[in-house]
Amino acid sequence: MTIDLKTVKKISKLARISVDDEKAKKLESDLNSIFKFIEKLNQLDTSKTEPLTSVVDANLQLRKDEVKSQNIRDQILKNSPDENKDFFVVPKVVE
Amino acid sequence: MMSKKHSDYIIKRNQNNYEVVIGLEVHAQISSQSKLFSSSATKFGAEPNTQVSLVDAAFPGMLPVINEFCIKQAVKTGLGLKAKINKRSIFDRKNYFYADLPQGYQISQYKDPIVGEGSVILDLPLGEKTIGIERLHLEQDAGKSIHDIDPKNTLVDLNRSGVALMEIVSKPDLRSPDEVNAYIKKLRSIMRYLGTCDGNMQEGSLRADVNVSVRKKDEKEFGTRCEIKNVNSIKFMQMAIEHEANRQVDVIEEGGSIDQETRLFDTKKNETRSMRSKEDAHDYRYFPDPDLLPLEINDALINEIKKNMPELPDEKKKRFIDKFNLSAYEANILVSDIETSKYFEEVIKSSDVKLSTNWITGELFALLNDKNLEISKSPISAKNLSKLINLIKDGTISGKIAKSVFEIMAEADKNPIDIVEEKGLKQLSDPKELEVLIDKVINDNPDKVKEYVSGKDKLFGFFVGQVMKVSGGKANPQLINDILKKKLK
Amino acid sequence: MSNILDFTLVELVERIKKKDLSSKEVTKTYIERSKKSKKLNTYITEDFESALKKADNFDSKPDFDKKLPGIPIAVKDLFCTKNIRTTAGSKILENFVPTYESTVTNNIWNEGAILLGKLNCDEFAMGSSNETSFFGNVQSPVGEKLVPGGSSGGSASALAAKLTPSTIGTDTGGSIRQPASFTGIVGLKPTYGSCSRYGIVAFASSLDQAGPMTRDVKDCALLFSVISSYDSKDSTSINFKRDDYFKKLDKSIKGKKIGIPKEYRVDGMPKEIEDLWQKGINIAKDAGAEIVDVSLPNTNYALPTYYIVAPAEASSNLARYDGVKYGFRSEGKNLIDMYEKTRSEGFGNEVKRRIMIGTYVLSSGYYDAYYLKAQKVRRLIKNDFDEVYKKVDAILTPSTPSSAFKIGEKTNDPLSMYLNDIFTVPINLAGLPAISIPAGHDQKGYPLGLQIIGKAFDEQNILNIAYSLEQEIKFKNKMNDWWL
Repeated sequence: MTIDLKTVKKISKLARISVDDEKAKKLESDLNSIFKFIEKLNQLDTSKTEPLTSVVDANLQLRKDEVKSQNIRDQILKNSPDENKDFFVVPKVVE
Repeated sequence: MMSKKHSDYIIKRNQNNYEVVIGLEVHAQISSQSKLFSSSATKFGAEPNTQVSLVDAAFPGMLPVINEFCIKQAVKTGLGLKAKINKRSIFDRKNYFYADLPQGYQISQYKDPIVGEGSVILDLPLGEKTIGIERLHLEQDAGKSIHDIDPKNTLVDLNRSGVALMEIVSKPDLRSPDEVNAYIKKLRSIMRYLGTCDGNMQEGSLRADVNVSVRKKDEKEFGTRCEIKNVNSIKFMQMAIEHEANRQVDVIEEGGSIDQETRLFDTKKNETRSMRSKEDAHDYRYFPDPDLLPLEINDALINEIKKNMPELPDEKKKRFIDKFNLSAYEANILVSDIETSKYFEEVIKSSDVKLSTNWITGELFALLNDKNLEISKSPISAKNLSKLINLIKDGTISGKIAKSVFEIMAEADKNPIDIVEEKGLKQLSDPKELEVLIDKVINDNPDKVKEYVSGKDKLFGFFVGQVMKVSGGKANPQLINDILKKKLK
Repeated sequence: MSNILDFTLVELVERIKKKDLSSKEVTKTYIERSKKSKKLNTYITEDFESALKKADNFDSKPDFDKKLPGIPIAVKDLFCTKNIRTTAGSKILENFVPTYESTVTNNIWNEGAILLGKLNCDEFAMGSSNETSFFGNVQSPVGEKLVPGGSSGGSASALAAKLTPSTIGTDTGGSIRQPASFTGIVGLKPTYGSCSRYGIVAFASSLDQAGPMTRDVKDCALLFSVISSYDSKDSTSINFKRDDYFKKLDKSIKGKKIGIPKEYRVDGMPKEIEDLWQKGINIAKDAGAEIVDVSLPNTNYALPTYYIVAPAEASSNLARYDGVKYGFRSEGKNLIDMYEKTRSEGFGNEVKRRIMIGTYVLSSGYYDAYYLKAQKVRRLIKNDFDEVYKKVDAILTPSTPSSAFKIGEKTNDPLSMYLNDIFTVPINLAGLPAISIPAGHDQKGYPLGLQIIGKAFDEQNILNIAYSLEQEIKFKNKMNDWWL
């Protein structure tokens, strides 16, 4: 399995990280060497193994249906890059 | 499940008959106080970003903790859909970037939903039809992008972000806009009976994505489907399906093929259009959310919910038919909405069933329709309607008087007994008093009496009318009949 | 004054309680030394002024029932601290000031500790040398131009250089134990679920754990007893009665069965690491422990598994840094352009590389081959440990396959950097506790560590074993304060 430039571009699009051609080339070679290492896993037969999603052996803890957080709009918007006091602001989206 | 008689919705083009195949993904907001994974409020119509916690806005290091109530509501709804409850379900992350998706992923359920296959029975004009339910899963709602306040920017309100939704996915069993209408209404009805979702489409508590495909009649394979996103009224859903199905037929008839894509319904132009560009072909990269553990549901919980299940519309309908001898049509009307059925059951607690049925489906529905009111906002309470019906039943007032009393009640929800008392509308049922009136009518109309006696039977109605008139409409019609017959012999 | 710096955490606590020392004296001493040690670049954000105020406050109304009375502590900049900038070593959070506090840091403030500042780390904890931090390299007090390890490199460096009496770090694949080993300190990665993850900037949620980094094992037990707590705000936090690990610390390990896994004898392992390991084995034997040869057959597959699981989770965890709600934003001509520029400029190369790996292994068509495969191998790795723990109480290994390296030595080869974590990563995958203690030096005089791995929630046991070994090893850091 080799990762080509086209794939690198496709992944960067999915990850929403713009990558110029030079960076893409570097990534291509880095990823290929990492994935070559990862391919080692194919030596293992896991056809009868269940995937492990969590090491925690417990039931999911549940919360009561109670409203606890108050209006903290100031806090929520405090770190936002725009200075709007009511909303988060992003460039115009056309659907 | 499909019987021929149901698929009567056909699009014809150049000798070709097309059948429309529809599947629905309904998003129903769970009626909970707080959100699915955070403790902020879910009230509709709050000021922007005032019901947003650090978790909802995806601040660094914030973690989801699930709302127990929402799990129970999903199970309850699953049982209401006669569905399999999965004892182990998994929460997954659905990854995509959008302005109103603060985490950059939505917590949803992918391969292992909380509820599996079930079914819903529709009452259609041509009979019953069963629609398969594929699954029901829990997921978070996204926030809201507002495009029309600021001309240059899109504004984001996260009040909805993290609100608990049940996504109910139907099998592709629906075949017409009318069936979709019946399906949504039935689903809504079941959830309102259960109290799991208020079904308010205007406030967005119930929305649907509609999957539409077409195929030539008698073809076995499904056509390629398009998904119409987020349609929030039944009317628009029907319009969108109608338009989309015709669009697809046109494409096929012109020798083209359908691209599987997401489309948006433009309510102003009454058309669907492609929503996402191709380079953006979604790849949601679902994987189990490592912040949450698998959800295990035990039998005790399921049994506890089962024990507290209310009677659902189908069962209620059956009971109304069996116990009260109602027609299927009447029963359907009375059970379709939980508030109607509650009203009906309240009235018949102390009133005649047949009369109650007639008055509710007749006068009351006409009044509500006229005033554009839900039955829960009825100007006449069930208690008072029941009293009115009892006044008719025991002969205190005639049906005709009852209608005028009903009109007065519609203005102010007063006790009909008081109205009858105040306005002196009590029916004249004292034979002696009636005889006096009847004698007067006979004496005043010697000519008509002669004609009647000589065989003009039709004039009987004239005498009844005259007696009614002089009694001010209060005379007991049955008694008038009896006495008149004797007197005119 | 100089002896203040020589006291362990436990000794400082005793002296403050006995009023031999005031919080102010201790705090001031550490601040002064920190100010003189800027060359190490350990702090991202200093909070010295308010630390002194808090120390004053403590001294005027002391509460000696607290476990950390008036003790100044600097923490890794991955813990969100209320009203104190929290960067995770990234440009994307360069100006982010949380309005909330992580549970773990909250626990230490509740026991009387005082925040000195936020310590440098690899960006989003992704790195093994602290070279990926947006705020620059950290130098190790062990030697000039030497990496302190990572990702808790600033923490390790600050602790070893005596700029803080103790610290807390986080460990996703070795980020506490590897820098501890490189700088000659003690570092504990607790069982997954022991310490709350609430308020810690997430890297890989199923692997991340906070843990203490201290001068010795006693300090470690004390600090661990403070930070481990059940937290209803973290769904993976485990609700069980926690012992007082400090009070129950016991150096007798007679009869304990300690496993030696043969798979950790990797090809090309330096002889000095072999020797160190043997030294550990001998000490344990002499202390009455029974040494048992064991096998963890899938050890070799742990690192590739880790480099699927961790980036996959990270690619999703880091999706929230999109320039919309907080942090760095690069303006774009539309929303997507804004996202792409923000994330491209806001994240460093290593973070981007891992996001790319993670995005790829989860993407359509590759999920089964990579992510699912890794989840299955993860089970095999955990099963290995379960099997071994039927026979032994703990496992002893070296902490790292080599000692510290020079800054820049491995930056161009990500894979050789990743191989640093070969001994630590399996433990995170299995969710187990492990402690690294300093055990010796290599020829260059750089510290080397031994790792003791325990059963889940059996921290007491590995603390005890570590305590026992520590007595015999009598490790002394060979530091010459070169940066002063």
